[in-house]
Amino acid sequence: MAEVEAAGSGTETGGGSESGNATGSGSGWRRPHGPLQRYYGPSAAEAAEATPDPADINGPHFDPEVFLTKVRSECRLGELLSREATLGREIRALDSDMQTLLYENYNKFISATDTIRKMKVDFRRMEAEMDDLASNMAAISASSARVSAALQDRHRRGAQLAGVQALLRKLQSLVEVPGRLRRWAAPGADPARALHCYARARAVLRHYRHLPSFRAIEDESHSIMAELAQRLRARLRDDTLDPKELTECVEMLLQLEEPPEELCEEFLSQAGARLEAELAALEAELPPSDPSGTASTPPPASDILDFVDRGSSAFVSNLCLLAASYRSLFEGRPGSGDGRLEAFASTLTTRYFELLERRLALERGLGDTSLLVRALDRFHRRLRALLELLPAAGAEAGAALVARAARERVARYLRALQTFFLGCLGDVRQALAAPRPPGKDGPGLPDLLATLSSSVLGQLKAVLAYVQLFTARDVAFASLGGLGIAWGLVVAFVRWLCRTARGFADSPAERGAPAAPPALLLLLARLCLDYEATTISYILTLTDEQFPPEDTGPAVTPGPALCAEARGAAQRLLDHYVQVQGAAVAQMLRKSVETRDWLGTVEPRNVRAVMKRVVEDITAIDVQVGQLFEEGVRRAQSSDSSRRAFSVYSSSRAPGRYAPSYTPSAPMDTHLLSNIQKLFSERIDIFSPVEFNKVSVLTGIIKISLKTLLECVRLRTLGRFGLQQVQVDGHYLQLYLWRFAADERVVQGLLDEVAASAAHRCLDPVPMEHSVVELICERG
Amino acid sequence: MEDDAPVIYGLEFQARALTPQTAETDAIRFLVGTQSLRYDNQIHIIDFDDENNIINKNVLLHQVGEIWHISASPADKGVLATCYNKTSDGKVVTCAAVWRMPKELESGSHESPDDSSSNTQTLELLCHLDNTAHGNMACVMWEPMGDGKKIISLADNNILLWDLQESSTKAVLSSSSALEGKGQLRFTSGRWSPHHNCTQIATANDTTVRGWDTRSMRQIYSIENAHGQLVRDLDFNPNKQYYLASCGDDCKVKFWDTRNVTEPVKTLEEHSHWVWNVRYNHSHDQLILTGSSDSRVILSNMVSISSEPFGHMVDDDELSDQEEQHQEEKIKEPLQDSVIATYEEHEDSVYAVEWSSADPWLFASLSYDGRLVINRVPRALKYHILL
Repeated sequence: MAEVEAAGSGTETGGGSESGNATGSGSGWRRPHGPLQRYYGPSAAEAAEATPDPADINGPHFDPEVFLTKVRSECRLGELLSREATLGREIRALDSDMQTLLYENYNKFISATDTIRKMKVDFRRMEAEMDDLASNMAAISASSARVSAALQDRHRRGAQLAGVQALLRKLQSLVEVPGRLRRWAAPGADPARALHCYARARAVLRHYRHLPSFRAIEDESHSIMAELAQRLRARLRDDTLDPKELTECVEMLLQLEEPPEELCEEFLSQAGARLEAELAALEAELPPSDPSGTASTPPPASDILDFVDRGSSAFVSNLCLLAASYRSLFEGRPGSGDGRLEAFASTLTTRYFELLERRLALERGLGDTSLLVRALDRFHRRLRALLELLPAAGAEAGAALVARAARERVARYLRALQTFFLGCLGDVRQALAAPRPPGKDGPGLPDLLATLSSSVLGQLKAVLAYVQLFTARDVAFASLGGLGIAWGLVVAFVRWLCRTARGFADSPAERGAPAAPPALLLLLARLCLDYEATTISYILTLTDEQFPPEDTGPAVTPGPALCAEARGAAQRLLDHYVQVQGAAVAQMLRKSVETRDWLGTVEPRNVRAVMKRVVEDITAIDVQVGQLFEEGVRRAQSSDSSRRAFSVYSSSRAPGRYAPSYTPSAPMDTHLLSNIQKLFSERIDIFSPVEFNKVSVLTGIIKISLKTLLECVRLRTLGRFGLQQVQVDGHYLQLYLWRFAADERVVQGLLDEVAASAAHRCLDPVPMEHSVVELICERG
Repeated sequence: MEDDAPVIYGLEFQARALTPQTAETDAIRFLVGTQSLRYDNQIHIIDFDDENNIINKNVLLHQVGEIWHISASPADKGVLATCYNKTSDGKVVTCAAVWRMPKELESGSHESPDDSSSNTQTLELLCHLDNTAHGNMACVMWEPMGDGKKIISLADNNILLWDLQESSTKAVLSSSSALEGKGQLRFTSGRWSPHHNCTQIATANDTTVRGWDTRSMRQIYSIENAHGQLVRDLDFNPNKQYYLASCGDDCKVKFWDTRNVTEPVKTLEEHSHWVWNVRYNHSHDQLILTGSSDSRVILSNMVSISSEPFGHMVDDDELSDQEEQHQEEKIKEPLQDSVIATYEEHEDSVYAVEWSSADPWLFASLSYDGRLVINRVPRALKYHILL
């Protein structure tokens, strides 16, 4: 047991001595011993972790007492012996190991000591060499400083010389500038290079201008450039310059720092002069504008298409070019942004438009519409290009011009149509007024009507065909709007026709203007009626086919409104016809009644001539109306209309509404009978609208005539023979007039009233025998 | 509604002449002259009792001839003038005379019709208007607003101005003027203007309307071709001094400004035959009455050319707030010319229409068959004008 202990402690002692041999800081040396320590025993950590087992011979907490006690108490003798042997063996092995180790370590220590000693000797020698080196280095640096100090001056002078040389080179080029400039700026040479050169030299020259020599150079080059500028300007003013050269010229001048505003002006005026010249060339083709507007101007030399072509290729394209170069030249420069270009362009375009307008005005004939359309189309296309470039150049005025021209042409067509129609009417009037050679009838009213209406329709169709050109698909300005123009034309024409026709009826004929002949009224009434019935719808269908309606088109006047207008005109005309004819007959009757001495007249032997005349006239009217209007319905004895008229009359006196208090006058009314009779007869409206047939027209005329007769007779006082004359006349009228009237009772009733009134107005009412009356009438 | 019903009175003779009793401003009274060649002619004095809707009549004999025109003195209720036909030696002459009716009839005696018919009274002749040198009398006009001393008569182509002297028993021709021209000119009708101190008259011959100054007896204006055919009647606007209405055989009624006669101010075409009579209402000149031989009487409202184109003006201080509002509303209403009513009570030609001199809302019309109809302006319109 003790040996084991000793071995352990011996090891420790060995280590301790080793460390004492080293540098003396014990902890530094402990670390390499780690593996050895691990080999001999558990590390402190292990020892701490393991439960202290005092019986473990290899453990750090080995307690020989505890071990021994344990062994003695546990083991048997045999085991004890074997353990003792084992322990003895182990101890011996350990001893020998320790001796080996000791030996090895001693050798190493010896060699280390030798090495250290050797090192001490070597270092001493090296120190001396280092001192040597240091002194050498100091010597070297001293001599180097000396050398550089000696060289510095020369180096500076060299650099100075190099600078002077560069400067001199520059100076030389500066001196050369005027010469070069002169060479390049010479007429016909390359002014652009001169400019380039000048631009480079200018800044330097300007900088050193306080030096006299430089100033001389600057002045010289200045004068050269001024000369150049002068020349350029002169060139600028040259009329033969084309726009491209002009642009170059101005560009160079701009580089010469000429004032841009002035240049701008110059440029524009120059270009303006050129454009003006072009315009003047165009204008030269136009005849001198002639305020009196006499129509004697010769037809223009070239057609409108040619004119527009030339105008747009020369003027418009040049203007475009000009605008573009102006933009590129003066964009962003002061004095260019004030809309000068726009103003300039708009004055020119305005003038151009004026010219074009004048040219268009020359197209006053109805000549070739297709040519006009093409010309306008081309003009419009070019204008659109211009519009894109110069939105403010008054180009919209051009669009308006196109639209106006188109519209004007249409308006001209309308006027032509109108004059044509009026011309036709004039012909008709003449035909009506022309004295007919006896035995040969002039053209009848139906023929006149047919001629009139067919020629008008033909003309209208022709005009529509022309107008169609305007709406052709490939025409650019077709979209310009207002292509309700065809519709507008048709509608306006029909409207105008109705209005004109109406005008014949409405014109206050009694106040001056010569009245239209009645036959014309009749003819126009028929024409309007035809229009209402068929022609309008035909025309509208035609227009519809030729001009497919556009969605955007303006609200089109529908056919019904036009028809109504035509019908209104027809009605008005026919009414007027009836009134005029009625008044003519009535006038005759009135004069005849007023001028006759009814008291002192002799016994009637004849129908008065005026009555025969009345019958003749009415017969003539019958023929006239019969040529144009249908016969119409002659009413049977109890016709609808008479019943209707009567019911209207009686309802107004319905007992429920009014309770008239009728105060009877004392003596029985002498003509009560006739009053009662009247109660049951219809009320006759004398000047009432007529229907579109012969019977109605004639009834109207007869009513007016007879009512006049009635009123006139009532204003006179008659003698016996006067009454008899009225009797004869009345009978005669009845004989011949009943067949014209729609309802013969109307004639009968009115004539009865005439007779009754005459009897009342007679001082000595002795009627003539009826047979005698008949006899006289038949004889007449 | 019942009040608006027309009142009809029948004469036994045919009649053309009608006049209100101009000097009477309280009672509604009309004078009608008959036309009969074979019986004694009469003047019917027709009193209308507005409250009871009853007509009272008195008949005066007018034995000298049939009456073509009648007019009442503006100053004396009992005095009237007639134009009548006298037949002698196979000739018809139209004369004129001034008459006085019996005193008790002046203010209307309310006897029962039966009594009065038994003892018809006769007119007292005051004086003849001697026309032997001048031709047939067409009409007699009293000086409006005058003292009943001055009358003008139209005889063929002469205008005769008479002074009535010695209580109207003597008529002295104070001045005259003749219309010269081609053909046989004859005045058909005339009217004395109430304006300009009663110094103007207007006459119609054929299609022409002429204005005359009564002081110089000279023509002052002339509307040639005023109508397409004969001009039948005229009337002056009582409130607008230059406005004149005319009517004629072209079925039209035209309104003229005599200062500018090239064009009529307005034209009405409502009748279907000759218009024989046109009358302005005395108080409300937008109301125009026309009578025509189409047997109709038409009452028109010509607001736009009346003296009250914007409705009845009320003084501001008379208005309470409420009324003011009402007034404003009324002004906003569009005032349009329109036909108010067409009266169809007649069955023969209407030759005369007249407003009552006492009641501005009442008028009479006379047709040839002797039927006199008294009508009122529709109540709604009356209130519209008044309020």
